[in-house]
Amino acid sequence: MIQGISIYEILTLTSAIFFIGVYGFLTRKNLITMLLSIELILNASAINFVVINKYLFPDNLQGVFFSVFIVAVAAAETALAVAIVINLYKQIASVEVKDTEIMKY
Amino acid sequence: MERILFYLIAVIMIVFAIKAVSSRKMLRAVIYLLFVLMGVAGLYFIVDYTFMAAIQLAVYAGGVIVLIIFSVLLVHHIELRLEVSKMSQRIVSGLLSLGAFLLTVYAIFTYEFKVVENYNSIEVSEIGHGMLSYKAGGFILPFEVISVLLVAVMIGAIIIAKGKRLEQ
Repeated sequence: MIQGISIYEILTLTSAIFFIGVYGFLTRKNLITMLLSIELILNASAINFVVINKYLFPDNLQGVFFSVFIVAVAAAETALAVAIVINLYKQIASVEVKDTEIMKY
Repeated sequence: MERILFYLIAVIMIVFAIKAVSSRKMLRAVIYLLFVLMGVAGLYFIVDYTFMAAIQLAVYAGGVIVLIIFSVLLVHHIELRLEVSKMSQRIVSGLLSLGAFLLTVYAIFTYEFKVVENYNSIEVSEIGHGMLSYKAGGFILPFEVISVLLVAVMIGAIIIAKGKRLEQ
């Protein structure tokens, strides 16, 4: 644990970040900005793993490992999403959700 | 001292997260997200997991943000302002998010966490040993699976991004 900061405050902060990400995902109409919201959600959950590990089970390291894997999977997901967005822009010259009707050509 | 630092980082993170999901300029939204990710790295420094903070800065601030900025520059005109969704849709999703947030905070504050008193910090070598150990509780298998996944993603991203141009 950290002197002066309780686990409740950190978990409140991460849930705020998480639901700001959910709000962005629901309201954005552009593929790249939706991707930004997903990054917010993934980061909030990664912090939760690390903080719960630090405060409740300090002798284990499982939370850190899961956070590392979350970061790796998020990086892979971003790379693929960017590739798909670029391919889509080549085909329909737009990255808005409402123009996205085809997945194959 | 840590408390002041934590609240500073928390305010910065929440303000920039809100700006990242509501800004109408796409490149600015990406830069606001960069500030949020740096705040996350600061949080890792506060809870004394410096290895996670280094990964956060290297992978997110160094890799993911640069990748997203490249794609924004490739597919979007900088001066263009993003179109916003309808007012009713924004209100409904805002209320939904707020309600879910309040529910989560209620659940967090009613649960009794058994916090363990400890001040030990973790060596990077412990993380490395745990990651590569094949004994019970070791993480060698997911580690290998992640490396295969990353190779597959690299090849897949190249093939998808190359694509075929639609004939005019």
